[in-house]
Amino acid sequence: MKSEEIIKPENMVYQPTHLLNETQMHYCPGCSHGVVHKLIGEVIEEMGLENDTIGIAPVGCGVFIYRYLDIDWQEAAHGRAPALATAVKRLNPKKMVFTYQGDGDLAAIGTAETIHACNRGENIAIVFINNAIYGMTGGQMAPTTLPGMKSATCPDGRDVEVTGAPLKISDMVALLDGTCYVTRQSVHTTPGVKRAKKAIRKAFENSMANKGTSLVEIVSTCSSGWKMTPDQANKWMEENMFPYFPLGDIKDR
Amino acid sequence: MEEVKLMKGNEAIAHAAIRNGVDGYFGYPITPQSEILETLMDERPWNTTGMVVLQAESEVAAINMVYGGAGCGKKAMTSSSSPGISLKLEGISYLAGAELPCLIVNVMRGGPGLGTIQPSQADYFQTVKGGGHGDYRLITLAPSSVQEMADFVGLAFDLAFKYRNPAMILTDGIIGQMMEKVVLPPMKPRWTDEEIAEIAPWGTMGKPKGGQPRIITSLELDPAVMEQNNFRFQAKYKQIEENEVRYEEMNTEDADYLFVAFGSSARICQKAIELAREEGIKVGILRPITLWPFPTKRLAELANQVKGMLTVEMNAGQMVEDVRLAVNGKIPVEHYGRMGGMIPSPDEVVIALKEKVIK
Repeated sequence: MKSEEIIKPENMVYQPTHLLNETQMHYCPGCSHGVVHKLIGEVIEEMGLENDTIGIAPVGCGVFIYRYLDIDWQEAAHGRAPALATAVKRLNPKKMVFTYQGDGDLAAIGTAETIHACNRGENIAIVFINNAIYGMTGGQMAPTTLPGMKSATCPDGRDVEVTGAPLKISDMVALLDGTCYVTRQSVHTTPGVKRAKKAIRKAFENSMANKGTSLVEIVSTCSSGWKMTPDQANKWMEENMFPYFPLGDIKDR
Repeated sequence: MEEVKLMKGNEAIAHAAIRNGVDGYFGYPITPQSEILETLMDERPWNTTGMVVLQAESEVAAINMVYGGAGCGKKAMTSSSSPGISLKLEGISYLAGAELPCLIVNVMRGGPGLGTIQPSQADYFQTVKGGGHGDYRLITLAPSSVQEMADFVGLAFDLAFKYRNPAMILTDGIIGQMMEKVVLPPMKPRWTDEEIAEIAPWGTMGKPKGGQPRIITSLELDPAVMEQNNFRFQAKYKQIEENEVRYEEMNTEDADYLFVAFGSSARICQKAIELAREEGIKVGILRPITLWPFPTKRLAELANQVKGMLTVEMNAGQMVEDVRLAVNGKIPVEHYGRMGGMIPSPDEVVIALKEKVIK
């Protein structure tokens, strides 16, 4: 029996956005990436921007986002997505342009590109997945790894005396005149998903309205990198990540 | 009649960019090429052609802005000088891997390291042998006059788009800074979005209605597919080597000896030819205009005619290796060079010819 035979149109209560294709995602169980991908696809579809969006993919776990969401994409070098987005948007000012970046990409190797794109007020949206670890390369310390948190490159826990404190990059870019909207969200509960979707929509609307740079940080889990079950990871995130990276709007003008 | 102007090589690049309908220039100041960015800012082409000119936060950001622009099928370019080009190499490798057409101008200065701001040709290896990671090639044009600085901007974009490959104008501080007469190319309008859709249907301008998404990437984790990508690149490079070799010869018809030199060094050799011929030494010059693809075949032919060759380069001997490969041991090939920003004089070149080649 095929799925179309089971799911009769009159019984349909939900279907994923058609921009999310059938390619099987490579993400681990409990990972936040898949949920955020879906939200981005839904927002683009709902805003009618399917043919007017250019996404910039990162290096890191999100690298293959271009395989899953059927829009035009450019794959950037590690950390350089905001530089690509700068040119794409300036050369196509009527298009919606966004980057999708993880913490290593955005807040370590790409710090300069992030800060200067935000400072110039590029009319782009930045979706920032902060899971406090390098997922794709196997769980090394990220710029946002919490104090005392263990990783493959800080097996005794992050020592802030040696490697500095977790970088609160969203708070940093909120200080810049070029940013119009900076918010921190999560996708581990249903209300959280709804709030995150609203935030992504606002950021994308800002890009279309040429209001300046928007940054939506999604505080995320990485159950594989954290060596936890998805459920444990959600709990750990609430107890440890949220106090350091509190949710809510940091800036909205 | 065409209007003849007097300007610096760097200024000619800037004017030619506007006149060739370039969509975006992204750069970072570094001597001896800052006049390119300054001239563009002073010309304010965003008011006339709509060209975007942006001073980036770094050379790294600038080359990645070029990637973003080129990925949309737009004419995008940057310029820098040696240390800045080193920073751009990551981006250049990605541009080659994603098969994106663009123009990079390198107004070379002496190195290594911070080196000097004086002219040099020491980035030959970096440019024609790779520089960045992976098996890629950069179409490389070497102007020897301000006129060629102006002319090669359009040529570089033509070749870049023809083959979907980045192109470089490899020049030096002499040609960038010296003033000469120049006839600028005629004004060409920027491509419209409709024209770009025809010329560069792969460009990300928003997914076409009813069409497939376009993806600009150099990533492929399956080694079997990645090898196929490499085979495709190599086939393209072979085509470029077969079709796009450019060079200029002077005084070769009766030559017993040959200078091989590009850019400024070729200009110096022209004077050296005069001096040598006054002494009865029949010497000519082959000036590669494309450093890659290299005029290998023609040099092999000339090896049947002349008794020896001398490459004159403002480096420790880089292009000489390619000349030796072309000549394949048939005749002696020697090198004479100055380094670190020093410029060889025509007299020195004639002495070197006598001492190293004629003996």
